[in-house]
Amino acid sequence: MANLRIEQLNKRYGATTVLNNVNLSIEDGEFVVLVGPSGCGKSTLLRMIAGLDGASGGDIHIAGKLVNALAPAERGIAMVFQSYALYPHMNVRKNMTFGLKFTGVPPTERERRVAEAARMLRLEELLERYPRDLSGGQRQRVAIGRAIVREPAVFLFDEPLSNLDAALRVSTRVEIANLHRLLKSTIVYVTHDQVEAMTLADRIVVMNKGRIEQVGKPLDLYYEPANLFVAGFIGSPAMNFFEAEVEGIEGGRARVAGTAFRNLDIPAGSLKVGDALTVGVRPEHLVRGEAGFFAAEGVVELVERLGEASFAYLRRVDGRMFVAEVRGRQTPAPGEAATLVAASPDVHVFDASGLRVAT
Amino acid sequence: MTTDQRARSIGVHLVLIAYSLLAVGPILLVVMNSFKVRSAIFGSPLALPDASTFSLVGYEKVFRSSHILTYYSNSLIVTLVSMALVLLFGAMAAWALTEYRFRGSTALALFLSIGIMVPIRLGSVAILNMMRSAGLNDTLTALILVYVAQGLPMSIFILSEFIQQIPKDLRDAARCDGVPETRIFFEVVAPLLRPAIATVAVFTIVPIWNDLWFPLILTSSDSTHTVTLGVQQFLGQYITDWNSVLAALSMAILPVVVIYVILSRQLIAGLTSGAVK
Repeated sequence: MANLRIEQLNKRYGATTVLNNVNLSIEDGEFVVLVGPSGCGKSTLLRMIAGLDGASGGDIHIAGKLVNALAPAERGIAMVFQSYALYPHMNVRKNMTFGLKFTGVPPTERERRVAEAARMLRLEELLERYPRDLSGGQRQRVAIGRAIVREPAVFLFDEPLSNLDAALRVSTRVEIANLHRLLKSTIVYVTHDQVEAMTLADRIVVMNKGRIEQVGKPLDLYYEPANLFVAGFIGSPAMNFFEAEVEGIEGGRARVAGTAFRNLDIPAGSLKVGDALTVGVRPEHLVRGEAGFFAAEGVVELVERLGEASFAYLRRVDGRMFVAEVRGRQTPAPGEAATLVAASPDVHVFDASGLRVAT
Repeated sequence: MTTDQRARSIGVHLVLIAYSLLAVGPILLVVMNSFKVRSAIFGSPLALPDASTFSLVGYEKVFRSSHILTYYSNSLIVTLVSMALVLLFGAMAAWALTEYRFRGSTALALFLSIGIMVPIRLGSVAILNMMRSAGLNDTLTALILVYVAQGLPMSIFILSEFIQQIPKDLRDAARCDGVPETRIFFEVVAPLLRPAIATVAVFTIVPIWNDLWFPLILTSSDSTHTVTLGVQQFLGQYITDWNSVLAALSMAILPVVVIYVILSRQLIAGLTSGAVK
């Protein structure tokens, strides 16, 4: 168990900057998920915490100790890889004990740890089998077991579920959540899947182009994205964006106008007339109605039925598309014109630099 | 299977059978005739030995008149020691060159690949001088050193390719597990290289076992001759003792065949694994 502190971390390969001044503080026992599009630097950050990649600048502290110069094994971490990375020529038991031999764990203690991990992960029956004889889910459990027996201060997971099929992904996700509850250890988990991020994380770190865009609790990111990138990244289908402009300011309120929606009023703050804005509304917050804080018209072009909900794709006045979620059996028919409205807490406004503006 | 496919498959097999006969024929001829009397070798070279022509005179002469067992053990020592060293150093060098980036690693890799392109025999005179001044003239050590130098570049080249195919995650996982680098190589990487090592072993052994040139220039006494060189003493300018030559050659073929049979399954796995996946 340990906390983790990352200060001013940089990583450059030649002229390309992979990580740009990353600062992050993770509490003892916290489950933190790094999420972002591919190439955003999340895996690099994880590998740097592990000590597999060196830093171009900055410090990493684990349990209050500066670990920059330490080898992976000396950092008190254990990593679970996307490819599982099990040793193909060793059986499950050997896979789990192999590393312990070199870290001075006595044989009886090794056996005790393996037995306990096997019980926790339901691997008792599989201990003598080889990785090639195991299913994907079992391999993943062995990989997690190999991490557990090291009794690390920090667990690092690198997209551990992306090689599993959909059903297994859900059940393994639940297992990892349970494991965290049981072990109460610090976990840093990398994924590009926002469902995994939302369900598992105590806190989510959204990364983009080598920077941290926002750090926060899952629902905080969902309801109050700090910027356009986070707003567009969290949530599926993605948030609808409408271009807008400040048309006038009167009595501390700014009138926001755009071609594709009806004017709305927000607190003026430091806005000036003529400022470009982006208005964002999530598909699930749009409902059919006549008038609301936010209202946009469109013609239904396509309806996707998922069962628990349907998604209607509407053509806006300016020719672009937006999406609205429809609940229930009654779905709009293509060609139908509709007005969709949203309440004020569900409408997000961002300024020209992409930052959130108070509404 | 349609008739068209069947015809094609028969055609392919005919070609393969013809090629096999061409390749195996001379060897069969050597082995077959080594069991015949001299008159029968020339009288009917293509006939199998029968009661009237069967004779072990060649083998008897070889064992009686020459140091064949010394030659044999010399060949075995030289071949096996060279192979072991080539595999060990080759695999270690390949690992170092693919896994670690260090100053001059590219230059070193290039330097080693030159060894593949330049035949070592070009340096025969220099090698001879070197061995003489090192006092290694007429020793098996001299042969082993030359063969290790000859085998290393190719083995490093082949093994590097295979090491690159071993998932990087495995090495990273081992590092996170606290496995020391040498143990990562010997206990994680080397076991996974088995098919490649078998391939390299065969490619290394065969030319060394069959080599005539270096034993000829580097060894001078009976105690350091190898089998291929030993056979030459039966080939005279005016008279050649064909019985003995064929018997000695048959015996020289045997170990290579045995080693090939042992390693062939691994060899095939090694040859195809790179190509298919």
